[in-house]
Amino acid sequence: MGEAIVITSGKGGVGKTTTSANLGTSLALLGKKVCLIDTDIGLRNLDVILGLDNRIIYDLVDVVEERCKIHQALIKDKHFEDLLYLLPAPQTRDKSAVNEEQMCKLINDLKPDYDYIIIDCPAGIEQGFRNAIAGADKAIIVTTPERPAVYDADRIIGLLEKEEHIEAPKLIINRIRGHLLNEDEEMDINGVTDFLKVDLLGIIPDDDQVIVAANKKEPIAYDPNNRVSIAYRNIARRILGESIPLTPIGEERKGFIAKVKKFFGARV
Amino acid sequence: MNKRIQQNVMIKGTKDGFMLHLDDSCSFSELLKELAAKLSENYQFQENDPVLSVKLHTGNRYLTLEQENQIKEVIHKQKKLTVSDILCNVVTVEKAKRWKEENQVTTLNKVVRSGQIIEVPGDLLLIGDVNPAGTVRAGGSIFIMGQLKGIAHAGFYGNNQAVIAASIMTPAQLRIADQINVAPDQKKVHEVKCAFMNDDEEIIIDKLHVLRKYRPNFNRLEGGL
Ligand SMILES: Nc1ncnc2c1ncn2[C@@H]1O[C@H](COP(=O)(O)OP(=O)(O)OP(=O)(O)O)[C@@H](O)[C@H]1O
Ligand SMILES: [Mg+2]
Repeated sequence: MGEAIVITSGKGGVGKTTTSANLGTSLALLGKKVCLIDTDIGLRNLDVILGLDNRIIYDLVDVVEERCKIHQALIKDKHFEDLLYLLPAPQTRDKSAVNEEQMCKLINDLKPDYDYIIIDCPAGIEQGFRNAIAGADKAIIVTTPERPAVYDADRIIGLLEKEEHIEAPKLIINRIRGHLLNEDEEMDINGVTDFLKVDLLGIIPDDDQVIVAANKKEPIAYDPNNRVSIAYRNIARRILGESIPLTPIGEERKGFIAKVKKFFGARV
Repeated sequence: MNKRIQQNVMIKGTKDGFMLHLDDSCSFSELLKELAAKLSENYQFQENDPVLSVKLHTGNRYLTLEQENQIKEVIHKQKKLTVSDILCNVVTVEKAKRWKEENQVTTLNKVVRSGQIIEVPGDLLLIGDVNPAGTVRAGGSIFIMGQLKGIAHAGFYGNNQAVIAASIMTPAQLRIADQINVAPDQKKVHEVKCAFMNDDEEIIIDKLHVLRKYRPNFNRLEGGL
């Protein structure tokens, strides 16, 4: 029986879809069977990042409205034999095309066949958000170190606390730029975790290669040497229960590492 | 047979008026009748007599609001009498519950996050932060072992003696009873601060030890009811 993890953030554009694609890919690279669900109806793009956009026949709404069977709508990622699948979102409908009950049923139907179901949540706290979290067992909050993103993450964590079916959420801080970390005015890693008071699952550096990869329609996670890729692969291993210390990739600054080690040491 | 002789209304003088003890085993109408009779036979007031305040003690009898008014009416017929207080050995379960709640300290160990509102009837002891756009409200005082970054409203039902204390006091807004203080940006100092209403009805933020001066009756050693 697999587990369903929703990737959510509150604020838009902080890296939910990037995280869903790369985490799904990383888990598949570790041999896990993964189904990605794009719940961002109307703004489909998980399929694009995965390079599966040309192969969509049926979508999420077709499945819940029973115009097709689930397996007909799932697109297999050909990088793998039988490990990574995507249930795409339609572009021509709006968020009210699906309700929470339908999402729960869908995810329960998928669970026996997958190790992980990863749900890419739209920005905001409206129906799309409600749908995305309805069937989830766990939640990952993605934020950047910017204050507005962190404040929105706080709101989302507060909303998730009310959902008894979801475990305490974990945090990914995305788009960390080395040079910001020593400045007091910006929120650094400690600042963000102090503020949100949730467990840190991982930090992702800011890297132009992410955008390059998106344009190439192949998630960065396939590149074994890229630091963003390594960061996502480490997160995937942490999800599997391995304890991997948080070390920044590439820019190994002394102060930064000490801080991270201190933080992680207190936690693991 | 004894009952006829037994007095249902006993009058006792005190230093600032007098106290009427009303028997709690006779019927209410009997009580009213006897009260009226006793008062008119004992008190003949003159035009320039001072007004006397009367306290009532109803023993174990619970008076409804209507009954209270009927009794007051009888007493106020004597022009120079005014009811200052009605004492009673019993309260309704509802009122007792509210008392208890308003005198209780609610302890919470959590982060009050953006968009969340925490409300308690008595005092609040929060072990955790109140994040921006988070709100805590209490009928009594609020004590925060953590950083207050959002809104705190003490004395929510009107108690202007309530105070707000926080380990790190950087609120967006402080409210006590019906007063609002949009806090000027406080520096993040690691020193417990408290906010309370001064005599000019302004909310001021100061060091914790000044509380002893402004709220000398704050100690509540007996606890509870
Ligand atoms: N670590 C990173 N380094 C550089 N660019 C990044 C990184 N993470 C995400 N981006 C870029 O930021 C943009 C937004 O990312 P993404 O689409 O994943 O965010 P989102 O949270 O899913 O947005 P939305 O709320 O619109 O769904 C994309 O152009 C993506 O390539
Ligand atoms: Mg997205």
